[in-house]
Amino acid sequence: MTVNTMTAKEVTEKVFNKEEIFILDVRNSSDFTDWKIEGENFDFLNVPYFDLLDGVERILDKVPTDKDVLVVCAKGRSSIMVAEMLSEAGLSVSSLEGGMNAWSEHLEPVKVGDLKGGGEIYQFVRIGKGCLSYMVVSNGEAAVIDATRMTNIYLEFANRIGAKITHVFDTHLHADHISGGRKLAEKTNATYWLPPKDATEVTFDYQSLEDGNEVAIGTTSINMHALYSPGHTIGSTSFIVDEKFLLTGDILFIDSIGRPDLAGLAEDWVGDLRESLYTRYKELSGELIVLPGHFTIIDELNADGSVSEKLSTLFETNHGLNIEDENAFRKLVTENLPSQPNAYQEIREINMGKIEQEIEKQREMEIGPNRCAVR
Amino acid sequence: MTINKVLDAKGLACPMPIVKTKKAINELESEQVLEIHATDKGFKSDLTAWAKSGGHELLKHEEENDVLKFWIKKG
Repeated sequence: MTVNTMTAKEVTEKVFNKEEIFILDVRNSSDFTDWKIEGENFDFLNVPYFDLLDGVERILDKVPTDKDVLVVCAKGRSSIMVAEMLSEAGLSVSSLEGGMNAWSEHLEPVKVGDLKGGGEIYQFVRIGKGCLSYMVVSNGEAAVIDATRMTNIYLEFANRIGAKITHVFDTHLHADHISGGRKLAEKTNATYWLPPKDATEVTFDYQSLEDGNEVAIGTTSINMHALYSPGHTIGSTSFIVDEKFLLTGDILFIDSIGRPDLAGLAEDWVGDLRESLYTRYKELSGELIVLPGHFTIIDELNADGSVSEKLSTLFETNHGLNIEDENAFRKLVTENLPSQPNAYQEIREINMGKIEQEIEKQREMEIGPNRCAVR
Repeated sequence: MTINKVLDAKGLACPMPIVKTKKAINELESEQVLEIHATDKGFKSDLTAWAKSGGHELLKHEEENDVLKFWIKKG
């Protein structure tokens, strides 16, 4: 018997449209507690598949019949088994194709704005992990910023809109996800830019990204201005694109700020973080649209699914930008930090080119939510 | 430790290792020990949670050349 399936893309649309679904998550409860699909109008029930092997009778009265029901597991096989059992019991349910693996790997491109001379900027929302990457397009050329390891998605997207990827940037050495930057640059013969202070241990060639670098994309030269903004890492660099968008990497988010501890130097970098946020960003135009490297909670999504806000608004509403007292700030970003991302040390080593891992292992290392922010 | 049964679940993907483990355990008497070999990485945490909820005891586990080995005493 076949059961209905729902793809990660279809679930993403339901998140963006704030639709209702009932999610029956059949992973074990610690995995569920650690990380799950989130949506404003999603309801949840967590019963591990191994407690349902003898039958689903005991949960039948807990599964609603008046809304879409989605069964979710880690890889999309146990959910089929449970969905089949529920279907046989007369319920209409779907199984998430590929499970949380697919959820973690899905990227949804959302256009966030127009650029001079017909250019565009797209945000790729990695809805399951909260990672945001970007494509700046102008006159048939494209730049990709903070690419995830799912490089085919950028290649196919660029192909579809008729653009050639010529520049690839990482705003910093990532610790929460495996960068696709180097691989994407290799596949497209693009230039791969990294901030040198984050790249002291990398094992491959890169173009050194320095404060004040200007990179032109396309013939009408959409201008990408690099702005050194250390604090999350020592090399963290922001970009001002077309004098209109501020790509903040992992320094500033919508409702939180970057954490300085993932390379082990929180105490050393807290001063840099404050300087970047309270001095360097303050000197910029408040009209800039902030495009961060992550979202942390689903409430940060705009109505169209994008994640962005005016810099002047963030200076009013973001708690992390409104701490007058330096000691209070130091405390916030060095004490009571959220737990560190899964396998973050090993992820840094992969991003430095020091180690390689097969795809299955890479998936496992990236399991879990985003944990790059301090609120 | 007396091992009463060995289950080879290598190469099987979730949910099969647990399905087979449950079947094998059903065929044992209380206090008897089942040894399981598996390669599915997610199996470890699922088996631990399953054994706990079923009242079985996970005696020990080892990892040897990507093969996960477990010993479970039936509750």
